Amino acid sequence: MSSLVFKRVYVWELAVRFFHWITVGSMIVLIITGFIIADPPALNMHVEASNAYLFGYIRVIHFTAAYLVMAVALFRLYWAFAGNQFAHWSYFIPYSKKAIKNILHVIKSDILLLKDRNENLEDVSIGHNRLAAFSYFIMGLLFIFQAMTGLALLSQTSGWWFPKMFAWIVPLMGGEIHVRYWHHFLTWIFMTFIVIHVYLVLYHDYVEARGEVSSMISGFKFVRAERIKKDKETQKD
Amino acid sequence: MTTSQQKETYLDALLERGYSRRDFMKFVTFITAYMGLEHSMVSQVAKALETKKRIPVIWEHFQECTGCTESFIRSDHPIVADIILDSISLDYTDTLMAAAGHNAESAKQKSMKENYGKYILIVEGAVPTKDGGVYCTIAGRTAVDILKESAAGAAAIITFGSCSAYGGVQAAYPNPTGSVPVDAIIKDKPIIKVPGCPPISEVMTGVVIHYAVFGTIPELDSIGRPKQFYGKRVHDSCYRRPYFDAGLFAESYDSEEAKKGYCLYKLGCRGPVTYNACGFMEWNNGVSFPIKSGYPCIGCSENNFWDNGPFQERLVNISGFGIEATADKIGKVVLGVAAGGAALHAIATNVLKRKEIKESIESGMENEKHLNS
Ligand code: HEM
Ligand code: SF4
Repeated sequence: MSSLVFKRVYVWELAVRFFHWITVGSMIVLIITGFIIADPPALNMHVEASNAYLFGYIRVIHFTAAYLVMAVALFRLYWAFAGNQFAHWSYFIPYSKKAIKNILHVIKSDILLLKDRNENLEDVSIGHNRLAAFSYFIMGLLFIFQAMTGLALLSQTSGWWFPKMFAWIVPLMGGEIHVRYWHHFLTWIFMTFIVIHVYLVLYHDYVEARGEVSSMISGFKFVRAERIKKDKETQKD
Repeated sequence: MTTSQQKETYLDALLERGYSRRDFMKFVTFITAYMGLEHSMVSQVAKALETKKRIPVIWEHFQECTGCTESFIRSDHPIVADIILDSISLDYTDTLMAAAGHNAESAKQKSMKENYGKYILIVEGAVPTKDGGVYCTIAGRTAVDILKESAAGAAAIITFGSCSAYGGVQAAYPNPTGSVPVDAIIKDKPIIKVPGCPPISEVMTGVVIHYAVFGTIPELDSIGRPKQFYGKRVHDSCYRRPYFDAGLFAESYDSEEAKKGYCLYKLGCRGPVTYNACGFMEWNNGVSFPIKSGYPCIGCSENNFWDNGPFQERLVNISGFGIEATADKIGKVVLGVAAGGAALHAIATNVLKRKEIKESIESGMENEKHLNS
């Protein structure tokens, strides 16, 4: 049995990894504090109200994490133009024939777990596979919606012009109670995404064994040597 | 109540009814504060009410429970009821006027004709439109018809209560009579919405006086409510708010915590999503308001509030997904399906991809045997 030769490729730049982990941290904080806001536990009994600010802190943490994640999202948007090919915005929208072909392959091989008869090396994605990339694009849109509803909820009581810019969403959605409903509901969608996303990362690491999980830490993935142009003298491994 | 004497000013009318000037000034001070104006405006308001001619008011009642009228006549200041009922010449209101039948109708017609283009039209109740509007008729005419007629000569329209502002209970799902709020029918007049089920008496008075004094529409919010009364959430002026911020929540009605003043958020309080003046004006001479009496706000001044149920829960049930489709129920199913799918997929992977997995493990083991140290 011949063993395969892999080369190390720098896929995720520092900016992308930075964005990824800040987002992970803030999303966890947002989901936890969000659900506490939705249904607070009745802790803290027998304390004078003037001596406690527990729920106030929970809300402050939620808003702080919200602004943090919005800031890194904005930064990531900039990086979609400045970053490498795997970070580029065009990678996330499957408009080319090549992208569609890759999506079909992923559905067949990784979702339905079927053998793709005319499988070739090109089908193995180096960055995200195109289906995953598209799902991040959709999540990005949902995040914009989540941020807009959150800012709309803040708009009335905030003294800052930025949240106030989103006040028009409230009447559009039929009142704050509906804004809160969708903000709350989308939280479940984010959690669902997290479950699927983490599972699939583990799946790829397990089946392909080329450093899927650690790539978001080190930035490197392992790519079959055949895919790297031979004519370069200066090749490193 | 007959057609008013248009020559009278508000002050004239009060003096005539036996109030002193001192009573008048007390009233002016109080209503100025309620309108959210600075204290320095008192003299301006007083001057306006001394010199301006009274504005005639026509008050129509359609699909409603007369609760707004009930609230209105329970104003906490004795002069308020008098000044509105008598001084702002209320030329027609089915519920309160003494006249009835043809007399009443002809008095209204006369006043509308005399004051064409000048009177305020107050509307209480929603307007049914289904089946030619037959579900609400007065003196043989449909509400739609009457509304169009009285709106034609109005300088402005004030809608009292959530029914005329947003449709109210009769417009709630499934809205059997096709009820609509006033602004769905009248498009060419300024409309001030004074929602609530019912609205606070002093708010109703305040809006009318504002128009009488300034002759202009007060600043309105995005859904047509005067900002001076509906600019704040109940939550932001609620005396239980410190308990909210502290995280002290009552978990049942009449519990010790509820009596101590703990926040009613977990009982479904709509204060955080409701704009109204209850928190600072309160009701019945400032005696209380629902939250003070231990019952969570139901959001009665918000658009379509009857459909935003159930009232004892914080989040609405969205109809259309099924009978009891709360966000959490749908969310749990979606998340559960995803987690279950992932688990099944993991098992299937080990079965269907066993060849690939085996091959790489074997080649890896092979390499392990040939390690160089
Ligand atoms: C994307 C991640 C986010 C998640 C998962 C999340 C989750 C939640 C949840 C579950 C609630 C409780 C809703 C309810 O039941 O009433 C909530 C409330 C809230 N969230 Fe978020 N949220 C996120 C982002 C944001 C953002 C970006 C903002 C904007 C600044 C924001 C602002 C708010 C506000 C203002 C509330 C209402 C809190 C209150 O006034 O009591 N959230 N969030
Ligand atoms: S009782 Fe209602 S309005 Fe008052 S602080 Fe609690 S949630 Fe807000």
